[in-house]
Amino acid sequence: MVGLHNSDIKNPTLRWIDQRLPLISLMQNEYAKFPAPRNFNYWWNFGALAMVNLMIMIVTGIVLAMHYTPHTAFAFDSVERIMRDVNYGWLIRYIHANGASMFFIVVYIHMFRGLYYGSYKAPRELLWILGVVILLLMMATAFMGYVLPWGQMSFWGATVITNLFSAIPIVGDAIVTWLWGGFSIDNPTLNRFFSLHYLLPFVIVGVVFLHVVALHITGSNNPLGIEPKGPQDTVPFHPYYTVKDTFGMCVYLMVFAFLVFFAPNYLGHPDNYIPANPLVTPAHIVPEWYFLPFYAILRAVPSKLGGVLLMFASIFVLFLLPWLDTSKVRSARFRPVYKWFFWLLVVWCVILGYCGAKPPEGIYVVLSRLGTIYYFAHFLIILPVLGKLERPLPLPESIAQAVLGGGGRMPAGAVAKPMEKA
Amino acid sequence: MRRLVIAAAAALSLSAVAAPQPALAAEATVAPPAQNWSFGGLFGTFDRASAQRGFQVYKEVCAACHGLRHLSYRHLGVLGFSAAEITAIAAEYKVPDFDDDGQPIERDARPSDRFRSPFANEAAGRAANNGAYPPDLSVIVKARADGANYLYALLTGYGNPPAGMQLGEGMHYNEYFPGHQIAMARPLNDEQVTYADGTANTTSQMSRDLTTFLAWAAEPEMEDRKRMGVKVMLFLLILTGLMYASKRKLWSDLH
Repeated sequence: MVGLHNSDIKNPTLRWIDQRLPLISLMQNEYAKFPAPRNFNYWWNFGALAMVNLMIMIVTGIVLAMHYTPHTAFAFDSVERIMRDVNYGWLIRYIHANGASMFFIVVYIHMFRGLYYGSYKAPRELLWILGVVILLLMMATAFMGYVLPWGQMSFWGATVITNLFSAIPIVGDAIVTWLWGGFSIDNPTLNRFFSLHYLLPFVIVGVVFLHVVALHITGSNNPLGIEPKGPQDTVPFHPYYTVKDTFGMCVYLMVFAFLVFFAPNYLGHPDNYIPANPLVTPAHIVPEWYFLPFYAILRAVPSKLGGVLLMFASIFVLFLLPWLDTSKVRSARFRPVYKWFFWLLVVWCVILGYCGAKPPEGIYVVLSRLGTIYYFAHFLIILPVLGKLERPLPLPESIAQAVLGGGGRMPAGAVAKPMEKA
Repeated sequence: MRRLVIAAAAALSLSAVAAPQPALAAEATVAPPAQNWSFGGLFGTFDRASAQRGFQVYKEVCAACHGLRHLSYRHLGVLGFSAAEITAIAAEYKVPDFDDDGQPIERDARPSDRFRSPFANEAAGRAANNGAYPPDLSVIVKARADGANYLYALLTGYGNPPAGMQLGEGMHYNEYFPGHQIAMARPLNDEQVTYADGTANTTSQMSRDLTTFLAWAAEPEMEDRKRMGVKVMLFLLILTGLMYASKRKLWSDLH
């Protein structure tokens, strides 16, 4: 289809642009008029929050990169210089450092929301898979970002994680040398990590774009897990969800601001304020909190290769999730048994995270192993079987009927108004 | 050697652990008791008089072995030292520089210079201290768990080892140091430093002052940060309220 876009914008200048490059129409259609199910709860805020968080990370990161020196001899000092001598450098750095934690909090909630309400099921499989790709990219970015201040945990965390690849038979050691750019973690490693840490966020932006495109093809899932059947089931995204997301964003910013201003190092490890020293190993090497459940899985297996494989498998199993869950019903609201397993998964993930922070001994090993077993059983055994055995509750006929009809509080005429709007 | 250490560390942290790690288990740590700090809490500020006294303790005692390399002398202005006082303090130290002919010289430090470190490098520091390197103190309060409380507990935690405990050569017993053996001899003793303002120079008072000074040194932005934080939180609180009201208003015609 070639030719000027058929724009309905009144302003002649904007119309002239819109006819040739219909960005305004696109925004109008995809963010203003875009019909969204009318029954989102606040768990649906977290996608928008993740987008906001990504923008905050990129903006603060670009400014930090202007002042940071990616060299083993200067990296630690340059970060402290940012804290002391760069105007509001402490603010920018603390936003960036705590922003990483906030990003994972937001994304983990976003994912668990998807798990609870079955957002990964047909036709949203690819949407979910793109989300898992984003998670992987985020993990790589966060890991490399944590190395940049060149503190003790930076160095030793990088040592542990890059050494995971040495578990690969035959070529493992060669791969590790290749990753390091030498025979130990040193300046070449720091340089490439900095380069990739700057690159990957823009790859994330690209995949987020695809994630949003896919979302706008299938439309959003909703707490009932049934598709909207007509305009009575949806509301235009603007102003209804723009205002709801803005309210959610304000609450999120309050949590974020509290961390930044009053507990900026609460989620960090004190050892990372000790300059990296290849000759002194910290008593406990622990990753950032958002990697702890995976770290626990890694250490739960009494074989290095096995641990590494299981840790990677714990993410890759999520790619298969749309086909592992055999239930046709999306929302856990109508899955009385699945609901319990979902919360069991949440609890085990928290326990795994706790174990990941503890030394690998005694009860923590036992718990890590049980948690690992449950994690994989949940996806590989429980979900496929449960879909066949479970008797779901009856689904409501439509979103409008469930939201407006059930309560009986509103007069019937009230339903007509949103229809006019949509 | 370095590869060996790295490999050993990786193996240690990766080893999946059926056997308990005696090395880790032996690192007995005692939680330091919580102190009441002027800079604690949401509105805390650094007690200037205490921090000034703490600087004196640092200068007269700690600086013999410990650097403070992230700070410049000019930073002391924040603690209430006058420009003339800072210039005088800086001038007590010599720093390396070049003269106009490019020849290396030592000149008096200026307020813009970083605090001079006591040792030229880590090896020199270790050589002078029985192999133990006295860490730079610039960020020490951020670099230890529960930093301020730990530091105070460490400074006041020296004593005699319990019966049966064999200390290593040149080591000292400290209740709060991980493993209880520390290379640093007890640094502060009663009446060691004479305070100009007449404050009692007990070990605990000096430890408290020094900790306040080092807490400031580690987080000189803290007061600005908390002040801005209060404003930001108030702003967000109001904005959140407005947004919630807007949301209620807009949605009121939907249900």
